[in-house]
Amino acid sequence: MSLDESFSPSWKETLEHLLSYGKSSGADFVEIFLEKTDCQNLLAEQDHITSVNPSFTRGAGIRVFLNNRDGFVSTNDVSENGLMLALNQALGMLGLTNNSLKITNFDGLELLRDYGDNKNQWLDMCPNLKETCNILLAGTNALNKYGQHIQVRRASYSRSWQEVLIASTDRTFVRDIRLHQSIGLNLLSADKEHRTSIGRRIGSSDLPNDIREWIPDDCAQDVCESASKMLYADYVEAGQMPAVLANKFGGVIFHEACGHLLETTQIERGTTPFSNKLNQLIANEAITAVDEGTSRGAFGSLSVDDEGLEPKKVILIENGVLKQFISDRAGEMRTGHPRTGSGRRQSHSFAAASRMRNTYIKSGNYSPNELISSVDYGLYCKSMGGGSVGPTGQFNFSVEEGYLIEDGKITKPVKGATLIGEAKDVMPRISMCGNDLDLAAGFCGSVSGNINVTVGQPHIKVDSITIGGR
Amino acid sequence: MSTKIVNSQTLKGLDHLASVIQILTDKLGVKKWDLGASSSNDISVQVDKGNAKQLKASQKTQITLRVWNSDGLVGITSTSDISDEGLYRAVSGAQNASEFGNPNDIPEFSCRANEPLPLIERPVKEPHGINKLLELLKKAESNLINQHKAIKTVPYNGLSESSYNRLYLNSNGINRYLTRSQSSIYLYARAEELNRKPRSSGSVRLALGTGQLDIDGCINEAAHKTIKHLNYKPIDTGKYLVCFTPEAFLELISAFSNLFNARSVIDGVSLSTKDSLGKQIAVPFLSINDNALHPANISASSFDGEGTPTSNLSLIDGGILKNFLHSEATARHFGVLPTGHAGMGSKVSVGPDWFVISKTMGINSIDNSLNHKKYSQKFVLIEGLNALHAGVKSTQGSFSLPFDGWLIEKGEAISIEAATVAGDIKQVLKRIVQIEDEIVDTHIGVSPHIWVEELSITGEA
Repeated sequence: MSLDESFSPSWKETLEHLLSYGKSSGADFVEIFLEKTDCQNLLAEQDHITSVNPSFTRGAGIRVFLNNRDGFVSTNDVSENGLMLALNQALGMLGLTNNSLKITNFDGLELLRDYGDNKNQWLDMCPNLKETCNILLAGTNALNKYGQHIQVRRASYSRSWQEVLIASTDRTFVRDIRLHQSIGLNLLSADKEHRTSIGRRIGSSDLPNDIREWIPDDCAQDVCESASKMLYADYVEAGQMPAVLANKFGGVIFHEACGHLLETTQIERGTTPFSNKLNQLIANEAITAVDEGTSRGAFGSLSVDDEGLEPKKVILIENGVLKQFISDRAGEMRTGHPRTGSGRRQSHSFAAASRMRNTYIKSGNYSPNELISSVDYGLYCKSMGGGSVGPTGQFNFSVEEGYLIEDGKITKPVKGATLIGEAKDVMPRISMCGNDLDLAAGFCGSVSGNINVTVGQPHIKVDSITIGGR
Repeated sequence: MSTKIVNSQTLKGLDHLASVIQILTDKLGVKKWDLGASSSNDISVQVDKGNAKQLKASQKTQITLRVWNSDGLVGITSTSDISDEGLYRAVSGAQNASEFGNPNDIPEFSCRANEPLPLIERPVKEPHGINKLLELLKKAESNLINQHKAIKTVPYNGLSESSYNRLYLNSNGINRYLTRSQSSIYLYARAEELNRKPRSSGSVRLALGTGQLDIDGCINEAAHKTIKHLNYKPIDTGKYLVCFTPEAFLELISAFSNLFNARSVIDGVSLSTKDSLGKQIAVPFLSINDNALHPANISASSFDGEGTPTSNLSLIDGGILKNFLHSEATARHFGVLPTGHAGMGSKVSVGPDWFVISKTMGINSIDNSLNHKKYSQKFVLIEGLNALHAGVKSTQGSFSLPFDGWLIEKGEAISIEAATVAGDIKQVLKRIVQIEDEIVDTHIGVSPHIWVEELSITGEA
């Protein structure tokens, strides 16, 4: 079982032995997740490559279920002995220490479903170190060309290549290769006491050549234009007001405010106000929202989830009515909501959990200008920072680039804004959706670690929301 | 090459690891190298209404290897694969990366990597095991729920034990090693009353082992906070006199630790510059140290990622910026000695260990009468800050953060329904009006309650 080689059907016998052992020890269900990764992170600052960080991992996560409880063990030791030790530890957690039952109702694994079969060359097809360095330096050079009051120019690249082999006692036997790349620019401008930092980042999955198609000049112009507007911006005045959120990364509001509350992990914890609202109106009728994992090249797309199930398209909300939850295996067992191919994890160190993939609000019928012109005084959020949702459903996210809307027109730039609210209060207040749906790549941190996701929306108008500021 | 696994549980295969790296580097013509490695064993439990929810265990090993090539440039690789093949891949990967090493910023071995290490008493505790953890956490959950009828669940909870080893080796024969154990518990309760919004709060405790964990203290604090938050109302937007709890102020300072970070200063992303040293950046009665060796620092390490001994370093004394946190490379740049705050990388990161915030000896606050337990006029008590990753602009100095806290008026504390606090860290440091006398050990550092005037609060009233 050399790990320099790809995972292959030759693992079948070993995995069947382990799974059979787990079942015969009394487990309801056993899953083994094997992983190898090859990652590369690069940073360019000013006109130099300042950091090149390759990293490799290998490991396994073994999960055992008994009566809806589960024990999970992760290890870097993927030798047969190492896996057996981990399995015994997981079984022992659930009190299954007796392997004397000898009754194995496990029929063996299916034939390997190899989703990675046509992806074996992907790693070699990605830009090599030299090529990537040149792309990054073109980016910092372009920032120099278009920026003003430049203090720091940065370009960064991240590549994550992951090969997985998933086997479980429902006969699942799946191999896949995943490739995620992202690249972006960041500019810190400073003039006396005025400082602003603006960044843009793109990300894709399963497109080895994608970074070669990125145009540093376009990205740099966009960053520099925003930085020049925000450098001298005043702080936003705090209060309640309408807000128009731009498309693409504006979708983080839905991701944080609502999406997390539609994951079955939240139902299990009792921390979502929507657990008993299926087929009820939970949002404005203008809202139809989707979570899917199949958009080609999108950052949150996957051929198969981390539990071996192909991703299903989930209509979360249709015309304001809650239609379905995002579910994984444990979620199905514990809440009854069927699996949706959404069992995801950062790595073998985490048990899979129900997580979003590509999540977005669908387009409406209005032009972005119609949304803006409907506001007398409010905030236009052109670019969003990160956000989070608390245990009682309260969310917040920062506005990286914001402008006042006065008498239906975008006027002066403002900084320091944070949007705050609760999902069940805000969702009914999204009254208008633009016709310009677009997606953006992001990272989401939650119970099963940091994963790649896509957020998205058209321009949307929130009739009233709390803006934190000065 | 045959596969021979180093004992990942204890890294006791240290000699083997060093000899394999030496053979591999010799083979590949690498004369200078160093590495940092860690291994850990963790177990943790979560419960849900008296039942085990998830039981977890992990064994992790991680090595970060740096090599210097014949041109003196540095390359790095991280790997969790410490088989001989994995180590070969790491050495060759680092060698490949070294072709792209930054000629303008070449790290060296720390000149302090051979100094004696400070003695830190952190006796390793035997683990209690998963069954005992489960029993303790079930009991803790039950006790917390029984504290008040409104507390229905404890949706976020966990009890864990871990033991870990860390080492630093280099081709000059330097060999640093430590082993630690740690146990932690967190309990976040959710309380609900009819026609009222759910409220949540919690508590965290750390200790060297499960036997030393203050579980009752954690339960009581989580219950006390959660129950207190049941009586809530919105707050008017405006400027308030604010008192930060020790934990909240430590969270804020930690979010802006680039103030003290020499790497950030050199990179131009700090709020400080080289010229800031010796300048008054805070009120004269504020002092801040970074003390890795503080007794409350459960996971204290005696050396950093480059093998430099850790220490107690004054950052702000009497409001004056005294020192930056340094790695080997930043220290060389500033013409000082490394301070023991380095990670390991091709571009070495720098970070704080354990902030100790205190009132400067012999200097009075602006208003010594302020005490969060006694003050009867209107003020906001901020218990904890949320979403720091989203609401802090560390390169700009500004923050806008949701918080949990109370409006105190005429001695009565009303929980604030939902609000944010916004400001500028440089202004905050100069608008401190009181540093209380009682110093509190928290799980992220040490600080008293700290009062700041004229902070902007946005509420939903």
